[in-house]
Amino acid sequence: MFDTAQGQILEFVRGRYPQAEIDAEQDIFAFGFVNSLFAMELVMFVEKTFGITIPNEELRIDNFRSANTMAALVGRLQNEPVVA
Amino acid sequence: MTLLNEAPAAVAAAGSVTGPVTGPVTGPVTGPVTDRASARAFVDACVTPYANAYDRAGRVPEDLLDQVARAGLWAPFLPSAYSGADMDMVTLGAVHEEVGRGCSSLRSLLTVHTMLAWTVRRWGDPAQRERWLPELASGATLGAFCLSEPGAGSDASGIATTAVETGGGWVLNGVKKWTTGGQRADLFLVFARTATSIGAFLVPRDAPGVRVVPIDDMLGTRASMLAEISFQDVVLGRDALLGPSGFTAGMVLTGALDLGRYSVAAGSVGIIQACLEASSAYAAERTVGGTPLARLPLIQAKLSDMVTDARAARLLLAEAGRLKDAGDANTIMATWVAKYFASVAAARHAAEAVQIHGANGCSPDYPVARYYRDAKVMEIIEGSSEIQRITIAGQAERETTI
Ligand SMILES: Cc1cc2nc3c(=O)[nH]c(=O)nc-3n(C[C@H](O)[C@H](O)[C@H](O)COP(=O)(O)OP(=O)(O)OC[C@H]3O[C@@H](n4cnc5c(N)ncnc54)[C@H](O)[C@@H]3O)c2cc1C
Repeated sequence: MFDTAQGQILEFVRGRYPQAEIDAEQDIFAFGFVNSLFAMELVMFVEKTFGITIPNEELRIDNFRSANTMAALVGRLQNEPVVA
Repeated sequence: MTLLNEAPAAVAAAGSVTGPVTGPVTGPVTGPVTDRASARAFVDACVTPYANAYDRAGRVPEDLLDQVARAGLWAPFLPSAYSGADMDMVTLGAVHEEVGRGCSSLRSLLTVHTMLAWTVRRWGDPAQRERWLPELASGATLGAFCLSEPGAGSDASGIATTAVETGGGWVLNGVKKWTTGGQRADLFLVFARTATSIGAFLVPRDAPGVRVVPIDDMLGTRASMLAEISFQDVVLGRDALLGPSGFTAGMVLTGALDLGRYSVAAGSVGIIQACLEASSAYAAERTVGGTPLARLPLIQAKLSDMVTDARAARLLLAEAGRLKDAGDANTIMATWVAKYFASVAAARHAAEAVQIHGANGCSPDYPVARYYRDAKVMEIIEGSSEIQRITIAGQAERETTI
C-alpha cells in the first residue's frame, strides 16, 4: 500500500499493466497502451480515490502523462473550491 | 429537413409494410416505476401483452412512449435537480431487465435514450445540462445514439462523418446507419471526426440538413424504429460539442457505450428470464405420449441451464451496477463481462425455448420466436461477441484473486 497520491496512482497503473515497468516520472503515453478504456478507468480511479471531480478543461494529456503530473493535478483540485 | 424527416407517425406508416399496430395499448394506470417490482407490474400490464403486435407492426405506438414517460422510465437515474429520480445503477439494471423481459424493442429505445441522457449528465457543462436534462428526464425529448456508419461498425475509429470547426461553431457532414429509435428520436448524439480526435455532438432532428430514412424489416428488435440518418452541411453552434476535446475525447464514447452495454446486458438477462418463464409454463402443460415435457430429462436439462444462467447473468449485471454506483473503475470491465455472458446465454436459451415449443415456437402465437430473433441482435450490438472476447482477453493478465 502507498500513502502518497503518486504511489496510489502508480499502483493502479501497474495493476492494469503488470508487464510494464513504470515509475512515477515516466510518461505512460510513451508505452502506447493508453486507449480510451484505460483513460476512462484512470479518470474514474483518480476521482473516486481522491474524492474530486476533474473538470473538462483539466482533462488534458499533460495532466495525465505520469503519476507525478496526475498527483499534482489532484493536489491542485483538492485545494480548489468545487464548482459543479 | 426533408420530407422524410417529418412527423414520426407519418414516417413509420410510409416506411412500414406491416400496417398499424393492432393491440390495444392503454393498459391499467400504474404508478411510477421505482424498483424491480413496480417495473415488473408496469411491463406485465402495459408492454408484454402487446409486444408481439409491436414486433409485427415494426414499431411501438406513441401511446406506449407516453406511458413510459408517465411511469418515469426514460431516465430515472438523472438527479432530481433535473427532474430525474436519482435511481441507482443497480436498480436501473433491474428495471431494464424487466423491460427487456417484456419487449427488447422498447428496451433498445430506453438504452439509446439512456446513453444520450447519461452523456449529457456526465460531460455537459451547466448550460447544456440545464437545456436538455429536464426534457430528457420527462421524455419530452427522446434521444438516439449515432456511431455506426455504412462503412464502420466495430471499428469506431473508422468513422467518416466529419465535424469542421467554423468561427461560431461546427459543420457536420456524413451518414449514420442502424440508429435505434432514429425514426422517432428528437435529439441525436452524433460521433464525428474533428481536426484532432472524435467528438460527440448533440444534433436536434429538426436542424436543417438532417435527413431520416427508416430502416424496416430487421431480424430482431423489429419495433425499435431504426433509421439511416444523414447530415449534409448541418450547421451547429459551439454548444453542440459535449465533453473534453483532445486525448480524453474518446472517453465520452467509452462512457456512453459502457452504459449502453450495461442496458443491453440487462435486456439480455430479461430475455433469458422470459425464455425460462415461457418454456417452463409450456413444458408443464404440453404432453407427449401422455408425459408432460417437464418430466423429460432432455427438456429438464434445458430448463435447468436457463435457471442457472439467468441467475448467473443477473449477478454479473448487479456486480457491474454496484461498481458503477461506487464510481469504481472496475465497472467497465465488469460490464463487458456481464454483457458478453448475458447476450451469449440469451441467444442460446432463446434457441432452446423455440426448441421446447416445437412448431408452436416457430409460430407467431407464442413469444419465443421473437425472443430468438431479438437475442441474436444482442450478440451484435454494443460490441459484438467477438469484440467482447478480444477486450476481455486483455483483462486475462491482470485477473487475480487478490
Ligand atoms: C438492431 C440493431 C440496432 C443497432 N442500433 C445502433 C444504434 O442505435 N447506434 C449505432 O451507432 N449503431 C447501432 N447498431 C450497429 C451496431 O452497433 C453494429 O452493427 C456493431 O457495432 C457491429 O458493426 P458492423 O455491423 O458494422 O459489423 P462489422 O464491424 O463489419 O463486423 C462484422 C463481423 O466481424 C466481426 N469482427 C469485427 N472486428 C473483428 C475483429 N477484430 N476480430 C474478429 N472479428 C471481428 C464482428 O464481430 C462481426 O461478427 C445497431 C445494429 C443492429 C443490428
